[in-house]
Amino acid sequence: MEKIRVNNLTKIYGNNTDRALAMLNNGIGNDEIREKTKNVVGVRNASFTVDAGESFVIMGLSGSGKSTLIRCLNQLIKETTGEILIDGEDITKMSGKKLIEVRRKKMGMVFQSFALLPNRSIVNNVAFGLEVQDMPKIERYEKAVTAMELVGLKGWEDYYPENLSGGMQQRVGLARALATDPDILLMDEPFSALDPLIRQDVQDELMDIQKKLQKTIVFITHDLDEALKVGDRIALMKDGEIVQMGNSEDILLSPATEYVAKFVENINRSKALTASSVMVKPRTVVHPKDGPMATLHQMEKYGISSVFVTDRSGELLGYVRAENAADLVKKGHRVLDEAIETDGPITGLDTYLSELLDVLAHTKIPVAVVDEKNHIKGTLVRGSVIAGLAGERGMPYDE
Amino acid sequence: MMNSIPRIPLARWTDTAIEYLTVNYRDITRAVSDVLEDFILGIRDILLVVPPEVLIILVALIAWRIAGKNIALFSIFGLFFIYNVQLWDVTMQTIAMVMAGVSLCIIIGIPMGIFAAKNKVANRIIMPILDFMQTLPAFVYLLPAIPFFGLGVVPAVITTIIFAMPPVIRLTSLGIQEVPEELRELGKSFGATFFQMLSKIELPLARTTILAGINQCIMLSLSMVVIAAMIGAKGLGGVVWTAIQTLNMGMGFEAGIAIVILAIILDRITQSLGQSNN
Repeated sequence: MEKIRVNNLTKIYGNNTDRALAMLNNGIGNDEIREKTKNVVGVRNASFTVDAGESFVIMGLSGSGKSTLIRCLNQLIKETTGEILIDGEDITKMSGKKLIEVRRKKMGMVFQSFALLPNRSIVNNVAFGLEVQDMPKIERYEKAVTAMELVGLKGWEDYYPENLSGGMQQRVGLARALATDPDILLMDEPFSALDPLIRQDVQDELMDIQKKLQKTIVFITHDLDEALKVGDRIALMKDGEIVQMGNSEDILLSPATEYVAKFVENINRSKALTASSVMVKPRTVVHPKDGPMATLHQMEKYGISSVFVTDRSGELLGYVRAENAADLVKKGHRVLDEAIETDGPITGLDTYLSELLDVLAHTKIPVAVVDEKNHIKGTLVRGSVIAGLAGERGMPYDE
Repeated sequence: MMNSIPRIPLARWTDTAIEYLTVNYRDITRAVSDVLEDFILGIRDILLVVPPEVLIILVALIAWRIAGKNIALFSIFGLFFIYNVQLWDVTMQTIAMVMAGVSLCIIIGIPMGIFAAKNKVANRIIMPILDFMQTLPAFVYLLPAIPFFGLGVVPAVITTIIFAMPPVIRLTSLGIQEVPEELRELGKSFGATFFQMLSKIELPLARTTILAGINQCIMLSLSMVVIAAMIGAKGLGGVVWTAIQTLNMGMGFEAGIAIVILAIILDRITQSLGQSNN
């Protein structure tokens, strides 16, 4: 069932919109319109539909018009031309009273910087929409508490926004939007201000809630990962225009324009790259029979503080730290065995970087990349991993 | 070159205008004057009916609740001093004028401030008028007030309003304009009406700023009420005025100290009102 239908929506900022609109309809570009009329095109002929219970993501970089577009849906911004049908009724033609009624009953909005009222307790923030509807205090308190339970905020009723972390604050924002039980949730970059880890938590929670409640969601983001995770369908915007619309596979596998392709290219590479694609050759390896003196010499020569130890066939035996080798030299030992440690980080060739980032962040020893026979094939150093994530080729040798 | 333009008869125009207004609108201004006088003297009489010791304790309690122990103690000693040097009755007259002036400033000023914040044209008209009100020397409009409202407390309070209202308007307007755009969007998107937006979002968030304006208004009222003694407003200013005319420096100093005490008590209480949130 169709919940929202947007037909040829255009928003032009400025005070000569007639002329700008005529130019726009003649296919003249945004830059030229801005130069000639001093008007700025926010949204350009956008058309789409959203089904009931669907989550529809509008994605684009800042300045692409996505925030303008979502604000047209509840008329925070008045469009220049176009139709917006909510349940078949054109919201752009509604009288003030009818519009207020639709905003109160049918739509809830979640904001990028949370938009909590600092002078109100959490429960009174959540109850805001109900209060605006003049619902009696006891009833709205009950509904607010129910909404808070839904987002895992039970027990926080009497705290104030300043007491809560960012993730918690946005839960309050979400609970507030859910408290009025609207059909439609308008979410304007709701998680962009959160730390990546917390962002994932709240995304997961939103997905859980969505499974239960089946709201119609319009979700704005500039993050393709988030779009792929949250959206049933995704619309990509550029310069006010929707350049591609489809499900995640459409977008990833057959990007319609170079712009989309670029976006897809920038998708979190740690989930696409394996250890083998960014590893570098170790500068040198030593063998057990090399002895501490020779080992230390090798390390000094290459300016490294630890070195892998392999047997003749290349099978990884462990690694030696410079200080341990130096110790043995001091004591006059001739065999390296005592200094070989075997607890260094090891990974297979096909392991994704996303699984290795944590190890890489904490280890002081380079990560050894080995094949199925435990033969060393390369090593991961931070420089090459970062270069890989940034889309550059790995360096041939360990720095 | 410059001398070829005749002198602009601004002074004569002003005289003519005032004369015209006094002759033709005298009934209205006198009626306003009567109502206002009853209002001010009514407040004073209520203050005088309450026994001084009760009033002192009451003020101290309010000060304690809002501004803390120190200012409560200060209120007790300060007000006792005023009573002790036999300035109690004139002080009540002064407080009555300040209260009347400030309440009128609030009643008129806050809606004007809201209007100025919401309407760009209104803002562009009101702000220069406020500059005019604040910088025009008080003596210039102190005297013309007499033909309109007669001598006494009423012209004093009227001139006080002219002098003390600008910060209320300015800071109300500023406080509302400073409300983050996203919070306004919050109100709109949840279907708040104009008045819900004001009462649930804008005014609560502008509260600290508005109270700062009211604090300034009280301080300005207090200083103006003293100057207005020149046109027969009596009160503490009257004592200062008499002391100046008779070169009675001791008397003038006592009344001056009483004014300072009042100023400190009123300032600290209203300031704390603005700082204590929630």
